[in-house]
Amino acid sequence: MTDLVLRARGVRKKFGDIEVLRGIDLEVRPGEVLCVIGPSGSGKSTLLRCFNHLERIDAGRIWVNGELIGYEQHGASEGTLRERRPRDVRRQRERIGMVFQRFHLFPHRTAVQNVMEGPVTVKGLKWAHAQRQASELLDRVGLADRADHYPAQLSGGQQQRVAIARALAMEPTLMLFDEPTSALDPELVGEVLGVMRDLARSGMTMIVVTHEMGFAREVADRVIFMDEGAVVEAGRPDELFTQPRHERTQAFLSTVL
Amino acid sequence: MNTETTDVSKAGVVEPGGGELALRVTRRPRPGRWVAVALATLFTVWLAYTVIINPNLHWDVIAEYQFDGVILNGLWVTVQLTLISMVVGIVIGVVIAVMQLSESPVLRIIASAYTWFFRGTPLLVQLIFWFNLALLFPVISIGIPFDGPKLIEWQTNMVITGFVAALLGLSINEGAYMAEIVRAGIQSVDPGQREAGESIGMSNRKILTRIILPQAMRVIIPPFGNQFISMLKTTSLVSVIAGADLMTVSQHLYLANFEVIALLMVASIWYLVLTTVASVAQHFIERRYNPGTTPVRRRVLANLRPGHTTKGAAA
Ligand SMILES: Nc1ncnc2c1ncn2[C@@H]1O[C@H](COP(=O)(O)OP(=O)(O)OP(=O)(O)O)[C@@H](O)[C@H]1O
Ligand SMILES: [Mg+2]
Repeated sequence: MTDLVLRARGVRKKFGDIEVLRGIDLEVRPGEVLCVIGPSGSGKSTLLRCFNHLERIDAGRIWVNGELIGYEQHGASEGTLRERRPRDVRRQRERIGMVFQRFHLFPHRTAVQNVMEGPVTVKGLKWAHAQRQASELLDRVGLADRADHYPAQLSGGQQQRVAIARALAMEPTLMLFDEPTSALDPELVGEVLGVMRDLARSGMTMIVVTHEMGFAREVADRVIFMDEGAVVEAGRPDELFTQPRHERTQAFLSTVL
Repeated sequence: MNTETTDVSKAGVVEPGGGELALRVTRRPRPGRWVAVALATLFTVWLAYTVIINPNLHWDVIAEYQFDGVILNGLWVTVQLTLISMVVGIVIGVVIAVMQLSESPVLRIIASAYTWFFRGTPLLVQLIFWFNLALLFPVISIGIPFDGPKLIEWQTNMVITGFVAALLGLSINEGAYMAEIVRAGIQSVDPGQREAGESIGMSNRKILTRIILPQAMRVIIPPFGNQFISMLKTTSLVSVIAGADLMTVSQHLYLANFEVIALLMVASIWYLVLTTVASVAQHFIERRYNPGTTPVRRRVLANLRPGHTTKGAAA
């Protein structure tokens, strides 16, 4: 168990009366790239947001690096959890990077300032040190020459690459991507996927919600197909894409491939 | 996109040649508007003239008092009241707005009750209430609440001077209005901004001060400017509680020398000066915070940066 980066058991989540996650079990090993596919509304984003406690869960357990996320044991009985103190939740989130569909860069800060924000205000890094680190990260995502540009002066693909650098600046052990290329013009998708591919090669553990089946096929170690709040099928990409066992997987793949 | 539009307009400039005469455009005369302009001008000039030459308006008295020491002291008090109560008001406003947006229903109810009460009762009443606080609480003390031991005590009448009562009334009332303005500002910021901050482990306070509020400023500043200008004049209400502001001292002067109109003119001229200065400041601050009207020079520079207009090539 301790050699897993992420482990989820029976995760359930309701919005009002609607159960959008119905008992999710998942294990992610170090360095693994897991792609999550599935139709709109199947709960992919919600699941990802539970992993860094942006959403509370109604039942189940999530561990990242062996530590229970968002909750702690409360009282004598095994079954009851209580939400952690905000400070502890924040400490846990530091090591879980998240990249959003619509980037969510801070528009009043330049690219380099966006990347520095976490290291300076959360980790308390010295300004000069943080700036050096941020420049290196921008260089890594191919944006060394855009450091002083504001998000509005960058293309969508460039903004998303800055967002990836911002997440990496916290030195995460796990990166979550929620449809990182869905808001991009088609010609800009490649540059972002390229950065993600490099990241995967460097050994980063990644969970990627995506509609880019080509990327999933090429980069993923494992693909899971979600529908109606449950994992319907999981497997190696070459298996899942060519011989889906489940009817619903077949139906979904026939619409997107 | 920008380069395309320039190209199109250039094409138009290159071509004017022989078509120029045929394409000339003139305005249609509007006799009705000329009549309206003439009447309005005539009326305004006549009104100004009758007022200015009116022998009952003592220009010499106005001139005498415009820079009088007593008036200037009152002016200074008005400026102080405005600045301090706006600063305290915005602090209260941020706190109340954050309470209103909190997850706790109790905090939300308390915050709503605050705005409900202080926006729902006349400021004049609130000012007189604060000034007469001693009738309700003869002593003010710091210590354990609910009849516990007290560390320090003051006579309320000693603490609540006219100036202090004015500040209390104006700030607390302003806080209720600022709360609504700040709340609208905070709500105008994309919730994704908060989540982005949370995802890198930022605390609520850091997210508010470093991410949310700076972006909310664009929405907050225009109504804040209006509140400020309004406050410059609202301070005149404190004349009922001996606030020693511009209006109070003007009143004291005309009650002694019966130059009512002249001293009201003196005060009005100063109020106009203050509001004009504030309006000009507002104009410049708004322009700085509104990206839609960034100075052309900066927009042009931004467009000239390599790679900005050639998005596709960057890929
Ligand atoms: N904050 C919320 N309040 C209420 N319902 C929500 C909320 N967030 C998501 N839902 C609902 O939960 C379900 C799952 O949403 P989710 O965003 O996780 O789906 P998804 O698989 O990411 O879909 P997509 O591919 O469109 O992004 C949907 O039916 C959605 O309407
Ligand atoms: Mg989604």
